[in-house]
Amino acid sequence: MKRLLILGGGTAGTMAANRLRKRLDRAEWEITVVDQNEAHVYQPGNLFVPFGIYEPNDLVKPRRRFLPEGVELVLGEIDRVEPEDNRVVLADERVLAYDYLIIATGTSPRPDQTPGMLGPQWRKSIHEFYTLEGATALADTLADWQGGRMVVHIVDMPIKCPVAPLEFTFLADAFFTERAMRDRVELVFVTPLDGAFTKPIASKHLGGILEERGVSLESDFMVERIDADAKTLVSFDEREVPFDLLVTIPLNMGADYVARSGLGDDLNYVPVDKQTLLAKGYDNIFALGDASDIPTSKAGSVAHFSIELFEDNFISHIHGRPMTKLFDGHANCFIESGHGKGMLIDFNYDTEPLPGKYPLPGFGPFSLLRESEANHWGKMTFRWVYWNLLLTGKEMPFEPLMSMAGKEVEVHA
Amino acid sequence: MTTATINGSEVHVDAEGFLTDYDEWTEELAQVLAANIGIELTDEHWDVIRFLREDFPRQGETATIRRTSTVGGFDTKRLFVLFPKKPAKKMAYIAGLPKPRGCV
Repeated sequence: MKRLLILGGGTAGTMAANRLRKRLDRAEWEITVVDQNEAHVYQPGNLFVPFGIYEPNDLVKPRRRFLPEGVELVLGEIDRVEPEDNRVVLADERVLAYDYLIIATGTSPRPDQTPGMLGPQWRKSIHEFYTLEGATALADTLADWQGGRMVVHIVDMPIKCPVAPLEFTFLADAFFTERAMRDRVELVFVTPLDGAFTKPIASKHLGGILEERGVSLESDFMVERIDADAKTLVSFDEREVPFDLLVTIPLNMGADYVARSGLGDDLNYVPVDKQTLLAKGYDNIFALGDASDIPTSKAGSVAHFSIELFEDNFISHIHGRPMTKLFDGHANCFIESGHGKGMLIDFNYDTEPLPGKYPLPGFGPFSLLRESEANHWGKMTFRWVYWNLLLTGKEMPFEPLMSMAGKEVEVHA
Repeated sequence: MTTATINGSEVHVDAEGFLTDYDEWTEELAQVLAANIGIELTDEHWDVIRFLREDFPRQGETATIRRTSTVGGFDTKRLFVLFPKKPAKKMAYIAGLPKPRGCV
């Protein structure tokens, strides 16, 4: 009996377990998933919790419900991987041997990495919304906030769902407008990037929306520390940004056990071949989803498209055949822009987000890089799609590799 | 992709003037690139540039500020003094390496 061990039962680990259970002979292969708890959180929903659009209870379901029969779920904290011996040791000393290992433990916000972030003001005037606890605490603060200077801040890239800080800002603008208190709120967006977003064309479109909504942009800001008493962000080049309410996106890092096992880079991400997701230097370890160092968004969409291809590659690989379904970094993300509208971006390793229509050229129904109500409804429907289609590997009407059809390419003279 | 003549030699550059061929870089060229953005190279600058040059072939990409600090051992605050405002971009430009990737 061979064992495939999957570390992490989130979006990537659950999708991989479902797809591979259908492909691997049950008489020959065991599949085991390890996670530290039973709660599967629909993470894209965290964005909406601070504004009371979703309740925390709407976003959590038991992990086991999304794992098929024939997949064992082990609950426990991972202490380390011992790749030389093909085994994983849990914190309580349990040992799990494997023939093949998938690392899918994602990335997490690390407020401990910025001096002054954790302290008496944490979850009072200094908030984050990337965890359900954080998003819930922020909802409580926003419910009776009287206004002032709200600073939305990114510590460093890469972060999980890189459009979420912008979406949060758009939704905050809409939230304060609806509560007739927008004139009492100053909104500031602080980023280590040189514009609103990472890629030039999307950055221009999104930066334009910030401006329209009266949000000021503080770019090239690398935070050194937070002075919680003075309620000020201080950068390495000694610029200061004061706040009344800070919503920060802490440094994102892969799991600490990855570093302890000697499998990670300086942010605990597993270096992999970006087309096959096979860990560099190993023949039986893959990293899926946010846990790897592939140069694209850390997003469920990337996990989804890459795992559709990985499924075939894995079967080829265990039979000693070359992996031929090469991933191109394809992803798409809905961007909620407030007031019942949204945008959509579609991109890969080489093509930045462009305006146009998706998935059908000229028709859509979704508009790329432009606001529309259809995009908003796409985003709101996605929660159902996630639980009912995506995790369990049912057919979706989107192709894993990116297509240029429907995209508007500006021709430079 | 275009070429530019810097200091009498023809090199390949991208739209923003970053060198695109690792092997076309020389130390003399670095002096000129630094001067283009108003930086006079001291020994302290050179330590950083040499780290970036050595790190690139190993990693296949330009070191970020964080990597320059955690792996290279340079103080982040000093990097902002040596390469004011946009150290990641300026370091890469002088070292003849691609602009550090902005992850989408």
